[in-house]
Amino acid sequence: MKVLNYIRKRFFSSPIDAFLTLSIGYLIYLTIPPLINWTLIDATFSGNTKKDCVAGGACWVFVKMWFNRFLYGLYPNEEIWRINFAFSILIISIIVYRFLNPKFKKYLFIFLVLPFPILSLILFSGGLLGLPTVDTSEWGGLFLTLVISIFAIIFCFPIGVLLAMGRKSNLPVIKYFSIGFIEFWRGVPLITVLFMAGVMFPLLLPSGTNLDKLVRVIIAITLFEAAYMAEVIRGGLQAVGRGQYDASKAIGMGYWKSHIFIILPQALKLVIPGIANTFIALFKDTPLVFVVGLLEILGMVNLAKTNPYWLGMATEGYVFVAFVYWIFCFAMSRYSLSIEEKLKTTN
Amino acid sequence: MKNLIKTICGISVFAFILASCGDGGKKASTVDATKKQGFVKCGVSQGLPGFSNADESGKWTGIDVDVCRAVAAAVLGDANKVKYTPLSAKERFTALQAGEIDVLSRNTTWTLERDAAIGLTFVGVNFYDGQGFMVRKATGIKSVNDFKDGVKVCTNTGTTTELNMADFFKSKGVKYEPVVFEKADEVVQAYDSGRCDTYTTDKSGLAAQRTKLTKPDDHVVLPETISKEPLGPVVRQGDAKWEDVVRWSLNVWIEAEEYGVNSGNIDSMKESKNPAIQRIVGAEGTKNGEALGLDQEWSYRIIKQIGNYGESYKKNIADTGILPDRGPNNLWTKGGILYVPPVR
Repeated sequence: MKVLNYIRKRFFSSPIDAFLTLSIGYLIYLTIPPLINWTLIDATFSGNTKKDCVAGGACWVFVKMWFNRFLYGLYPNEEIWRINFAFSILIISIIVYRFLNPKFKKYLFIFLVLPFPILSLILFSGGLLGLPTVDTSEWGGLFLTLVISIFAIIFCFPIGVLLAMGRKSNLPVIKYFSIGFIEFWRGVPLITVLFMAGVMFPLLLPSGTNLDKLVRVIIAITLFEAAYMAEVIRGGLQAVGRGQYDASKAIGMGYWKSHIFIILPQALKLVIPGIANTFIALFKDTPLVFVVGLLEILGMVNLAKTNPYWLGMATEGYVFVAFVYWIFCFAMSRYSLSIEEKLKTTN
Repeated sequence: MKNLIKTICGISVFAFILASCGDGGKKASTVDATKKQGFVKCGVSQGLPGFSNADESGKWTGIDVDVCRAVAAAVLGDANKVKYTPLSAKERFTALQAGEIDVLSRNTTWTLERDAAIGLTFVGVNFYDGQGFMVRKATGIKSVNDFKDGVKVCTNTGTTTELNMADFFKSKGVKYEPVVFEKADEVVQAYDSGRCDTYTTDKSGLAAQRTKLTKPDDHVVLPETISKEPLGPVVRQGDAKWEDVVRWSLNVWIEAEEYGVNSGNIDSMKESKNPAIQRIVGAEGTKNGEALGLDQEWSYRIIKQIGNYGESYKKNIADTGILPDRGPNNLWTKGGILYVPPVR
């Protein structure tokens, strides 16, 4: 009786409510059963070729057979341990970081932000210590997506902070440089920036020189996202009360000291949702590197679905990629929420 | 202030990079550079069935890929010493001009404008493609002359396909209704669901897309071809030696089939008395390798490691079901138009 009452009150309290409930119920009935049928019940999981998929549902054999390619791109199979190794260290450090004594947190953080990316880059590209060189044209899949996003995130954040401070600066050169930089990068579409970095930039270099395409692309994405980051952080800077600036000045702090110890910690805390938003957007912008021929996870799916033995597998591939993207974006959003919770102070 | 210093540092680092690269301006010949770096820098597509494609193990295959492998076999002695760079259609020519790649083997149509205007040289043709039409068998259309006013045509946007189609229907005086999409998959979907009467694109593509339809056997590709699309490898203009190496790697690959030399019988063919075959296998006393600046066995390695053109075609295009019928891509002696200058 309680349940019936609840249902009547929540879903059928008025004719409009009843109508909405029924139509949404009908929509769910129309879409969900076929979706479950396709993805699970009629789907094929076992087998090695496209011919094994006769059930009429999704052919997950495609994803299974191409799984390593989707994760690692065309990275040589016998060298994949390097990627696994570096990313295991990253994941372990992140877990350890949570439970670490606050005294050591600082050092682990610095290790993760500075030496670790450089060491892992050396590990990925090889050419040292007897590791065979793996050219960046062989990098791909989810690995490449993560390399691009992690590097862009690490670099765009400090640049964004500096630009935001620059834009609020009293020194005209710095102020107008920052404004010019931000407005320029915000004014052009990312795809144009990537195209310039990937295609036009090499033509401007003297012949025979070659800055690696992946490096060019990461720099381009970093600068682009830094401009957005700067505006998000400027929002935080403006939200910090005038009194904080005056107070820090009053106790004798200079520009840098007051910013690092008083202003920025408060400002950044305020804009965590905005920062997370920018990072998630950056992560989801990475498939655009397809225009310059880099095969990140979506690019690998596009390559795989044109293999003559796997034609017609586009839907399965795209569903898989959507799922992977969702996991990462959702994790990022939850993580930012947890940081927000942790830093919450009542004042 | 720090920001300014940062900028100045950035600019000076950049200037330093530029300056240190300045002395790289004296360009070494591509053959020497390739030998030095130990691999051929080859530009391929981001995936085109039968032409350039990766398989589940990450290995590149396809008839365009085999051109790169042939060059690597000839110059470096090992067909696997190729560095593949997947390129989008937009960046392929600049990548070649900027030296990011040395051979572009990416289903590129040889046209006057591309050959003359943008500092590139086409070295030959490894696939004769052309635009065709696919229709449902049930419609009873047997030829392009059967198209009536109001026919709905599915195709991709922004390619020469659209222009060829417009030219074709104009010349026939048939009023048609274009239904265009961005991606090949969308076009196939639209055609399959009956939104248009016919689907037009390059014939190699039509055959590949046909396999994606729900009932491939209900559809047929019309015999007519409405455009010429000779696809072939491209190199930079101005390095005649490299151009020759790529051109003759391609030619010997095709000529080997003409003389019946393949990867299986090439060792026994070494004993052949036929001078043409002796030249192909690089027997004692032949001078082809020397003329190209390579060793005597360059062509032997191509055939031994990759096979002749017919073997590549069978493996990549015929057996995959893309175009089992060789059509124009058969040898001139067998009714096709594949005719290469003599390797001598």
